[in-house]
Amino acid sequence: MAGTEAQDSAQDGGRVILRHRLSTRLWHGVNALTLLVLLMSGLMIFNAHPRLYWGEYGANYDAPWFKVSSARIGAREFGFVQIANSRVETTGVLGLWEDQDGRLQRRAFPYWMTLPSRYSLALARIWHLAFAWVLALGLLGYLLWSLVNGHLRRDLHITRREWHPRSLWQDVKAHARLRFPKGEAARHYSVLQKLAYAGVLFILLPGMIATGLAMSPGTDAWAPLLTQAVGGRQTARSLHFLFAFGLVLFFGVHMAMVVLAGPLKHLRAIVTGRMQIEEDAS
Amino acid sequence: MSRILRPRGGLALSRRGLLRGGAVAAGGLALSGCDDLWRADAAKDVLTRAEDLHRWSQRALGGEALAREYTRADLSPRFRANGSQGVADPAYRRQLGEGFAGWTLRVEGLVARPLDLSLAALKDLPQRSQITRHDCVEGWSAIGQWQGPQLGGLLRLAGVSETARYIVFHCADLYHGRPYYESIDLADAFHPQTILAWQMNGAPLEEVHGAPLRLRVERQLGYKHAKFVTRIVAVDSLQDIYGGKGGYWEDVGDYAWYAGI
Repeated sequence: MAGTEAQDSAQDGGRVILRHRLSTRLWHGVNALTLLVLLMSGLMIFNAHPRLYWGEYGANYDAPWFKVSSARIGAREFGFVQIANSRVETTGVLGLWEDQDGRLQRRAFPYWMTLPSRYSLALARIWHLAFAWVLALGLLGYLLWSLVNGHLRRDLHITRREWHPRSLWQDVKAHARLRFPKGEAARHYSVLQKLAYAGVLFILLPGMIATGLAMSPGTDAWAPLLTQAVGGRQTARSLHFLFAFGLVLFFGVHMAMVVLAGPLKHLRAIVTGRMQIEEDAS
Repeated sequence: MSRILRPRGGLALSRRGLLRGGAVAAGGLALSGCDDLWRADAAKDVLTRAEDLHRWSQRALGGEALAREYTRADLSPRFRANGSQGVADPAYRRQLGEGFAGWTLRVEGLVARPLDLSLAALKDLPQRSQITRHDCVEGWSAIGQWQGPQLGGLLRLAGVSETARYIVFHCADLYHGRPYYESIDLADAFHPQTILAWQMNGAPLEEVHGAPLRLRVERQLGYKHAKFVTRIVAVDSLQDIYGGKGGYWEDVGDYAWYAGI
C-alpha cells in the first residue's frame, strides 16, 4: 500500500514511512515466483501446439492468426514468428534454436524460457495447473483483504479529478520526464500507477484465470458462459496468451520504473515495507 | 502415484500440500533450478497432488453438467487426428477389410453378465448423437458429430458390480510398442454423454479416428477418448494394470489421470 500510515521517525533528513503493508509484500513475493513459474511452464505448453486461432476450433489445417515455426528455403533453414500474413525471422531465439547440447531444435520457445527446459507437455501442465491454484487463491485472498483493510479504496481508487484528461496528461508528462514525486506526493500512487496496478489486479490477472478455465473441457461443461463470452475455446487460448504478454509488458515497465526511481529504495520498500521519502525542496 | 486416483479426504490436505509445494518450489528455484527440483520426488509428489484439487473442484461445481453441444454448422471443416492413428495387428487389418462384420466388443470384469457384442448389436442399442468439441491436451480443438450407445446403458446391461470403481478400455493398437488403454471412474462412465461412438459426422469411424469403436468422454481431454476399443473391463483398482496409473499416457508420461482441465 502507498504509505498512508506515516511513521514520523526522522532519519537523515527524510521521513521513513510504511510504504507497503505485510499483505501486499507477501502477495507481491508469492506472485513474483508464481507468475514466473506460470509464464515459463505456459511457454512450454504453447510449444505443444505453437499456433493461435479465433473461435471454437483450430488445429493443423485450420488458419492460425499467430504461429511460431521454422521453414526451409533451399538449404537455408530459419525460425519465424507469423502474425496474420507477415513473418518476422527469429532464428536462434524462436522457432529454431540450439539447445544446451548444441543440438538444433525446431520448437517455438527455447529451453531457457521454458519449464521444464526439455520438452515435456505433461510436466509443464503439472507445474502450470498447480501454480494456477496459488495465483487464483492468492488473488482472491489479496483482493478480499485489500477490500477489508481499505487498500483498494485508499490507494487504488482513481478519483474523478484524477480521471480528468488534464490530470492524466500531467502524469504522463511527469513520467516522460522521469520526474518522480517527492515529499507528501510520494506517499500516494500517481494516476498512471493506479491505472497500471488496477489493470493488473482487475483485468490481466482475473483475465488469465478466466481464460485459463475457459480452455478446460470440465469447466466449460458447468460454466459455458466463460468460453461463450469470449467467443470460443481458441479465442480464450489466444486471449490467455495475449494477457500473459500484457503481464510481461507490465513487468518490463514495472522494472524500468523501479530502476529509474531508485532500485535500492524500492527493493527495500517491497521487502521490509519501509521507505524513506525525500522532503520537498522548499 | 496411484494414490491420486482414489478420491481422498479432500481439500484441506491437498491445499496444505500445495502450499508446501510452493515453499519447496521457491527454495528449489533459488538453489538449483527447476529441472533439478523436478527430480526431487517430494516436489513432484506435491505438485501432482493438485490434480486432486482439479477433480474435486470440477466435480463439486460441475455435477452432472453436460458438455456443450453444437450444431452441424459448427463442425470443423477437417477433424485432425493424432496420437495412435492405425492398427498393425493382422486380425484387425482383416476385420477392417471386412467392414468389421465379425468384430466383437467384450465387456467383462466386475460384472454379473459378461457380454460379447457385435458391431450390429451395438448399432441396435438405443443411440445417442452429439456434436461436441474435442479438446486436445496440446491446445488444439475440433468439432465433430458422434453417435453410438451410451456406455452407462452397456454397463447396466452387463450388470456392473457395486464394487467396481473404474472402467478400463483396452484397445487394439500398440502405440510406440505398448498396448494403448485408458480408464475413467463410474461418475464419468455413467455420464449421459459418455458413449461408444461407431459413427463420426454421419459415417462409420475412419481408421485414424479409431474404427470401429472409440470412447467419447466429452468433459475430458482428447487422450482419454480411447480409439480402437475392443475390451471394456470393470475393476476396483487400477494398480495391477500395465503401469498402474490408469492409462497409456499416464504410465508413459506424467499426464494426469483426471483430464478435465
